[in-house]
Amino acid sequence: MATTTTATTEAGAADSKRVQFGRARWIWPVIIFLALLPVIGGKTGLISNYGFLQLSLMIVYAIAVLGLILLTGFNGQISLGHGAFFAVGAYVAAVLIDQASWPYWATLPVAAIVCFSVGYVFGLPALRLEGHYLALATFALAVAVPQFLKYRHFEWFTNGVQGINIFKPDPPFGLPLSADQWMYLIVLAVAVLMFWVARNLLDSRSGRALTAIRDHTMAASTMGINVAHYKTVIFGISALYTGVAGALHAIIFEFVSPDSFRFELSIAILVGAVVGGIASLPGAVIGGVFVQVIEKYADALTKKITAAVHLPIDLEPWTIYGIALIVLMYTMPMGIAGGLTLLWRRIKGS
Amino acid sequence: MRRTTRRQVLSGVVGLAVGLTAGQAAAQKKYDDGATDTEIKIGHTNPYSGNASAYGVIGKTIEAYFKMINDQGGINGRKVSFITYDDGYAPPKTVEMVRKLVEEDKVLLLFNTLGTPPNTAIHKYMNAKKVPQLFVATGASKWGHPKEFPWTMGWQPDYATEGAIYAKHILANVKDPKIGVLMQNDDYGKDYFNGFKAGLGKDADKIVQLSTYEVTDPTIDSQMIQLKNAGANVFFNITTPKFAAQAIKKAAEIGWKPAHYLNNVSDSVATVMKPAGFENGQGVMVAQYRKDATDAQWANSADYKAWKAFMDKYMPGVDQKDAGTVYGYAVTFTLVEVLKRAGDNLTRENIMKQAASLKDLEVPMLLPGIKVNTSATDFYPIQAVRLSRFKGETWELFSDIISNESPSQ
Repeated sequence: MATTTTATTEAGAADSKRVQFGRARWIWPVIIFLALLPVIGGKTGLISNYGFLQLSLMIVYAIAVLGLILLTGFNGQISLGHGAFFAVGAYVAAVLIDQASWPYWATLPVAAIVCFSVGYVFGLPALRLEGHYLALATFALAVAVPQFLKYRHFEWFTNGVQGINIFKPDPPFGLPLSADQWMYLIVLAVAVLMFWVARNLLDSRSGRALTAIRDHTMAASTMGINVAHYKTVIFGISALYTGVAGALHAIIFEFVSPDSFRFELSIAILVGAVVGGIASLPGAVIGGVFVQVIEKYADALTKKITAAVHLPIDLEPWTIYGIALIVLMYTMPMGIAGGLTLLWRRIKGS
Repeated sequence: MRRTTRRQVLSGVVGLAVGLTAGQAAAQKKYDDGATDTEIKIGHTNPYSGNASAYGVIGKTIEAYFKMINDQGGINGRKVSFITYDDGYAPPKTVEMVRKLVEEDKVLLLFNTLGTPPNTAIHKYMNAKKVPQLFVATGASKWGHPKEFPWTMGWQPDYATEGAIYAKHILANVKDPKIGVLMQNDDYGKDYFNGFKAGLGKDADKIVQLSTYEVTDPTIDSQMIQLKNAGANVFFNITTPKFAAQAIKKAAEIGWKPAHYLNNVSDSVATVMKPAGFENGQGVMVAQYRKDATDAQWANSADYKAWKAFMDKYMPGVDQKDAGTVYGYAVTFTLVEVLKRAGDNLTRENIMKQAASLKDLEVPMLLPGIKVNTSATDFYPIQAVRLSRFKGETWELFSDIISNESPSQ
């Protein structure tokens, strides 16, 4: 795993730069189109409220995947535990809304700060761990967090295994939007902001330092880069991104429970990052869509296919998911974003 | 409940009159989402996969029952389309699937969604949306609070009452009881346990060990050893089928022979007693309100024969010893009855009203004498049980009907 990751990231880094600049011109029309969706889809009835929830979830997972991409793709630290930060963000939002009656938007900065702190603190010991040791340490975090949330003496605010129900806010100023459409716009706005910040971060001096550390830590430190500082800060920022995604998830999903954040979520985020393109910002978006669509509907799809072709055996619910992953990894080892870039170049070159 | 017979009769008559007028006023058909002249859409979630997948058979039974109803011409001429999703007993998944059912599939009502944690997760949502969450497949006492949650109703006897019945039985029959409890750590488990403790009253200190497990755990072996080592001579087993089977088996393996009380949700011969091993389950006691399909004494009763015919025709190949099939059959009968009475007024409000006006409804496959009763203030349809003991390869009833007033809200 470690070797393939570095291989793809090295190859992907140069590409992704060009891709971003190449796409910068048409990214805004896309965002405007997405922002107009509630008007188009809502009025024509093409997209139901549930449809908007699905879209919002895709964007939320895209932010979470982006958090991991910053850490793993651009800094070379592997995390199998980002579900934990997602959970912390979600619970910060849910508890503040449920217990302290905070407005939903005010919980986002708090979730960001809390997750940054947790990530930063976790990043300190993680400095001593490399590669798969770090992966295991973060994995332990992902396994531990749901148990903490169930812990008896925290029940007065986490509500134990039963989780917390919260309610989605109605749109303000009497806007003619449903709650789901409104939250979709909020989520979209937050995502645009966070992707913009991430891009600027990566294009800056600090961004170059991060990739230098990934490509050759010793060389980077010889050049005067404070490796420990960058590694811990990017761990914090990565956790911040994923934590904000968690907080948004809690608000739009209106429910959190320890079982929402089992370690499978961490794996899902990692798979999303790898499938999307581990060192590419558009890859984060593709990864987010992948997490929501494939993960959630793979079993339904498996069932449908089993029924459609009258297979004599019962396929396991995850069969399609597994097949999709294997095919993708063989055909697009640099993720879907990397694969598309290569394809585009081949078409243009010929 | 018996005290208010007069009022009951009166409201029954009124309910009947309402039903009749609704039936006559055919021109004034009223529909909410999910109901039309030809169709009634019903939504459902069930664990077809995961640790509680033994309950999957309930969803399949309901589906088959509606198929039978449709083959017979539907309900008041309308075909039922039954949409069921797998939630794996995981509340977040339930939330998502239920939102899909309500907002995208636009079902008229949600029926028999399974499990206390999943139903808890959607409890507020359903009541905010004002969509019936009817006859849920869990016995937690919180489903019977019509004042706060007028759109949610349970069906089976509530866990707290059942727990109290076991407690009373222990105090009356076991000399110097030292009680060990194994509990699934969620609202379902706690509801049983709290009712049990309340039933013990001042003897609550007779509980020498309370061990818990999570529904996501692979086994409960260490908890069983813990309970044995605590010196318990009575075992109250608050577990879902997979764990119930494990517990019965493990108790035998470690040579622990307490007076074993099993909760009703795991009374299935096929999914609990058989995998546990019949020889290991001898003497286990359980409270029942349904006829057990393996009990030979019902073989000649009319409702058993009807159930058997249904099973043979619509569920071929399914293990008829599985109590889930009887459960699904009886609970779906109750819903169909409610929908029949709703006539052409298929609004969500009217459906809740009909569901809350059942008077001494005889439901097939319930034990003789146990009837369904509801009212505007009584959202606990079934409130009586009989105790049975496992003998050979089947349950043997040994007590009379134990009926309980609903816990007042």
